[in-house]
Amino acid sequence: MNKPVKIIIDDHEIEAFAGEKLLWAALDNDIFIPHLCAIREEKRSGASCRLCFVEIEGISQPVTSCTKSVEDGMVVKTRSPRIDRLVKTGFELLLSDHDLKCRECPANRSCALQKIAKERGLKLRQKRFKHIERDYQLDDSPKEFAFNRSRCVLCGQCVWADREEAKIGAIGFTRRGIKRVVTTFEDLPLAESICTECKLCVDACPVGALYYKDLKK
Amino acid sequence: MSGSGSEKIYSKLYEQAKAKVEPKESKARVLVGTATCGVSAGALKIKEDFEREIKEKDLDADVVEVGCIGHCYAEPMAVIAKPGFPPVCYGYLDEGLVHRLVEDFLGGDDPSYEYALAALERNDVFPTFEDFPRGVYEQKLILENCGFIDVRDIESYIVREGYSALSKALAGKPAEVLEEIKAANLRGRGGAGFPAGIKWEACLNGGADERYVICNADEGDPGAFMDRSILESDPHLVIEGMILCAYAIGAHKGYLYIRAEYPRAVRHVQEAINQAREKGLLGSSIMDTEFAFDLDIFQGSGAFVCGEATALVNSMEGKMGMPESRPPRLASKGFRGKPTILNNVKTFAYVPFIINRGADWFKGIGTDHSPGTAVFSLVGKVANTGLVEVPMGTTLRQLIYEVGDGLPNEKEFKAVQIGGPSGGCLPESALDVPIDFDSLHEAGAIMGSGGLVVMDEDDCMVAVARYFLEFTQHESCGKCTFCRLGTKHMLDILNDITMGEGDEETLSLLKELAEDVRDGSLCNLGKTAPNPVLTTLEYFYDEYRAHIEEGRCPALVCRNLILYYIEPPKCSKLCNVCVGSCPTEAIFTRDDGLKEIDQEKCVKCANCLKACPPEYNAIVKISPPVLPPEKEKKTK
Ligand SMILES: Cc1cc2nc3c(=O)[nH]c(=O)nc-3n(C[C@H](O)[C@H](O)[C@H](O)COP(=O)(O)O)c2cc1C
Ligand code: SF4
Ligand code: SF4
Ligand code: SF4
Ligand code: SF4
Ligand code: SF4
Ligand code: FES
Ligand code: FES
Repeated sequence: MNKPVKIIIDDHEIEAFAGEKLLWAALDNDIFIPHLCAIREEKRSGASCRLCFVEIEGISQPVTSCTKSVEDGMVVKTRSPRIDRLVKTGFELLLSDHDLKCRECPANRSCALQKIAKERGLKLRQKRFKHIERDYQLDDSPKEFAFNRSRCVLCGQCVWADREEAKIGAIGFTRRGIKRVVTTFEDLPLAESICTECKLCVDACPVGALYYKDLKK
Repeated sequence: MSGSGSEKIYSKLYEQAKAKVEPKESKARVLVGTATCGVSAGALKIKEDFEREIKEKDLDADVVEVGCIGHCYAEPMAVIAKPGFPPVCYGYLDEGLVHRLVEDFLGGDDPSYEYALAALERNDVFPTFEDFPRGVYEQKLILENCGFIDVRDIESYIVREGYSALSKALAGKPAEVLEEIKAANLRGRGGAGFPAGIKWEACLNGGADERYVICNADEGDPGAFMDRSILESDPHLVIEGMILCAYAIGAHKGYLYIRAEYPRAVRHVQEAINQAREKGLLGSSIMDTEFAFDLDIFQGSGAFVCGEATALVNSMEGKMGMPESRPPRLASKGFRGKPTILNNVKTFAYVPFIINRGADWFKGIGTDHSPGTAVFSLVGKVANTGLVEVPMGTTLRQLIYEVGDGLPNEKEFKAVQIGGPSGGCLPESALDVPIDFDSLHEAGAIMGSGGLVVMDEDDCMVAVARYFLEFTQHESCGKCTFCRLGTKHMLDILNDITMGEGDEETLSLLKELAEDVRDGSLCNLGKTAPNPVLTTLEYFYDEYRAHIEEGRCPALVCRNLILYYIEPPKCSKLCNVCVGSCPTEAIFTRDDGLKEIDQEKCVKCANCLKACPPEYNAIVKISPPVLPPEKEKKTK
C-alpha cells in the first residue's frame, strides 16, 4: 500500500515504507530502540513511555520514533549524548516507581525493562531518584493469572489487548498524575469484574505485572 | 447580492439598538462592576444598596450590571453616568458611600469628587484614568468595552458598532477575512503565540466537508482571570470573533469551552448567544445571507490539562481529558476527526477590530513580530492589581512601576513571574525586557495566558518554584513518564531544599531532571512545568545555596529554616499580647519578666509576630534557626 523508501539509521541504509512509524521500521531491521507503549496496530501511538527517542537530521529536538512517520531519505540516529541522557532519565524514572525484585519475578529474563537495560547499558537499580513507595494490593483473583501493580510501567499494552483484541473493556487507566493505574471498573478484583479471563492482557504485558501464576510469584 | 443585504440588515439593527439604548443612556445610570472579582468584593450588595437608595428617594436612575472595569484593587466599584456630567468612577464602595452618592450626586448635583477614582471622559473638572501615570502606557482594545456596556443587553454592544465587522465581512468574501487576519499577523493569545491566520488557512485547506471553531476558555492558571473577565464583561466581542472565523474557514458549528467553575461567564455567554440568535446573528442565515453558523457552550470539568488542545478535544468527545501526541494537528484532524480551529478567548476578541480597522492599523500597535496589545492580570506585590492592557513592546518595568504603580510598603522588588505555572521568574536585571512573545521566551519566561505576579524581598524563590511545581505536579494527567514521575521527584527535591536538605549535587540533579522533563514530556504541561524551577535556578541560584549550605532562607519564608524569637531589649515586659495570641501556649514569662518562646512548643504560626504592638516590634524571625548566643547562655 505504501511506497518503499530508503532511510538511514545509524549509518545503515534500510528499506522501509513511507508513512509507517520509524520505530517499527527500525525494529524490523534489527535496530533496537527502547519502547514500551507503542502498539503496531494502533493508528496514533499513545507515546506515553517516552523511551523511543531518536534524533533526525533537520529536526532540532529529539523525536519519539513511535509517532514519527518514515519519509524518504530520512537520516536517523538512535544514539547520541542527548538521546542517551533522555532515555536514561526516562528509564530511571520508571524504575524509581518499580518493585525491582527480578529473581522473584515471573518476567525474569523475558522482561522488556531488562532488555532495555542490557541493550543500552543501563542499570536496573537506579540511584539518582528516591524510590516511590506504593501500597498496591496484589490482585490474584483470576484462576490462572495475577496482577501486581507495583511492577506495572503503565504502558497500556494490556488495555489495548483487552479493548481491541478481547473486545471486553474490563480494564483501563484511571486516576490522574502520580496516582494513575490500570484497574477495573470501580477497582473490583478482576474475578469480580467483567473480565472473562481470556488472558490476552497477560500475554501483552511486557514486564512482570500481569503474569501466569504457574510461573512464579 | 447577499453582501449589501448584510449591511442593510446591520444598519437596521443599529438604528433599533440606538433607539432603545439612547433614551436609557440619556438618563442617569449607575454601572456596577459585577464581574467575579467585583462580586467577591460585595458588588451585588452594592448594587442592591444603589437600587434601594434610588427607590427610597424616588429618583429616575437605572442600575446596570457591567463587567470588569479593570481596577480590581478598588473593588467594589461603580460608574455614575449622569447627563451634564462626565461619567465618574468610584471605588471602595460601601453602604455609606452609596447613600451619599445617591443623595448628593443623583439627587443633588455634587459628584463628590473627593471619593472619585477618575472620570471616564475628558472634561475640565476631574482627571480621567488616562491622566494617571499608567494611562500613558495603557491602550485598551479588547478591554475597551469591559465595564461600560450592559453585559446582558446585545443592543448595548451593537450601538458601540458591535457586529459591524461581521456585516462588513459578510458583504465580502470569506477569503478577505482570512487575508486580513493573516496580514495582521495576529498571534494566538493562549500562550504560544502561533499565528492565527496560518492556523485558519491550514484548517480551511484541511479538505473535509465539516469544520469546527472552538474557543478555549478553560483558563486554569492560578491567578489568571482575563479570559473570564472578557467573557463576563463583553461576551459578544468573542462571539463576533468566532463568527468571523467560522465565515473565513467555512465552519457551521462552534463551541465555547468554558470551565464550569466560571458560572457567571457561562451565564453571560449563554444569554449573549440567545440574543445573537434572536437578532439573526447566529443561526441558519446570518444577517439574511446564506452563511449559517451556530454556537454552543461546552462546560469543562476543570482539570488544568483540559486547556491543552488535544486534551480539550478528547474531553469534548467524552473521553478522558488527556493529551495526545501531535501531529496530526487540530487544524487537520480535530473535534470528531474534522479540521478544527481552537483559539483563545483573547485571540477571537481581536478579530472584529482587525476586520473593522484593518491589518495595517493592527500592525501599528505593538512590535513588528508581536503586533497588538497584551492583556495581563497584574497581581502579587504591586499597588494596582487588576486587568491591564498594554501595547506589546511595553517593558516589564513600565508595566510594574507605571501601570501597576510599583510595589507597596516600600518593599524591594525581587522577581516577576510571567505566564503562570508554565512561565518563568525573571529578576530585576530582566525588567527592561520588552513584553512580546519572542523576548519573553528568550528570557526564559513565556507570555502564557497572561498571569503576571510581582514578588518582593519577602518572597522565597525556592518556595515560589515549589508552589508552581506543586500545581503542575498535581495537574499532571499522569500519562507520560517524564511528567508523571519527573515532576514528582522535582517536587520532592524542592521540598527537601526548603528544609535545608541537600548539597551541590542535589541542585545539579534538580537542574538535569528539570531539563529532561522539559525535553521529554509529551505535552506542553510537562514541557513547561520546569520553567519556574529552571529560571529560579538560573537567576536566584544563591538563594537555593543559602538553603542547603547554610540552612538559611534569606526571605524568611521556609518554615523549617526559621524560628521566632523575642528580642529581650525590645520586649515591654508588660504588654503580654503575644502570650494570649499563641495557639500552643509556647510563650512564657521568664523570671526576669521578659517573654520567651519555647521553641519545642512553637508551631511557627506567626500570630505573636503580628500581635506584638508596633511600638515594641519585639518579635523577629531568624534564619538559620539557631538562637542568638546571648539567649542560649541564659537558657542553660
Ligand atoms: C496544560 C495546558 C493548558 C492550557 N490551557 C489553556 C487555556 O486555558 N486557554 C487557552 O487559550 N489555551 C490553553 N492552552 C494552550 C492551548 O493548547 C492552545 O495552544 C491554545 O488554546 C491555542 O489558542 P491560541 O492560538 O489562540 O493561543 C493550554 C496548553 C496546555 C499545555
Ligand atoms: S518486571 Fe522486569 S525489571 Fe521488574 S522485577 Fe520483573 S523482571 Fe525485574
Ligand atoms: S483477561 Fe480479562 S482483562 Fe485481560 S484481556 Fe482478557 S478480559 Fe480483558
Ligand atoms: S499491566 Fe503490564 S501491560 Fe498493563 S500497563 Fe502495566 S506493564 Fe503495561
Ligand atoms: S506531559 Fe504531563 S499532562 Fe502532558 S501528557 Fe504527559 S503526563 Fe499528561
Ligand atoms: S509563632 Fe505562633 S506558635 Fe510560635 S510562639 Fe509565636 S504565636 Fe506561638
Ligand atoms: S514507544 Fe514511543 S513513547 Fe513509548
Ligand atoms: S475591576 Fe472587578 S473584575 Fe476587574
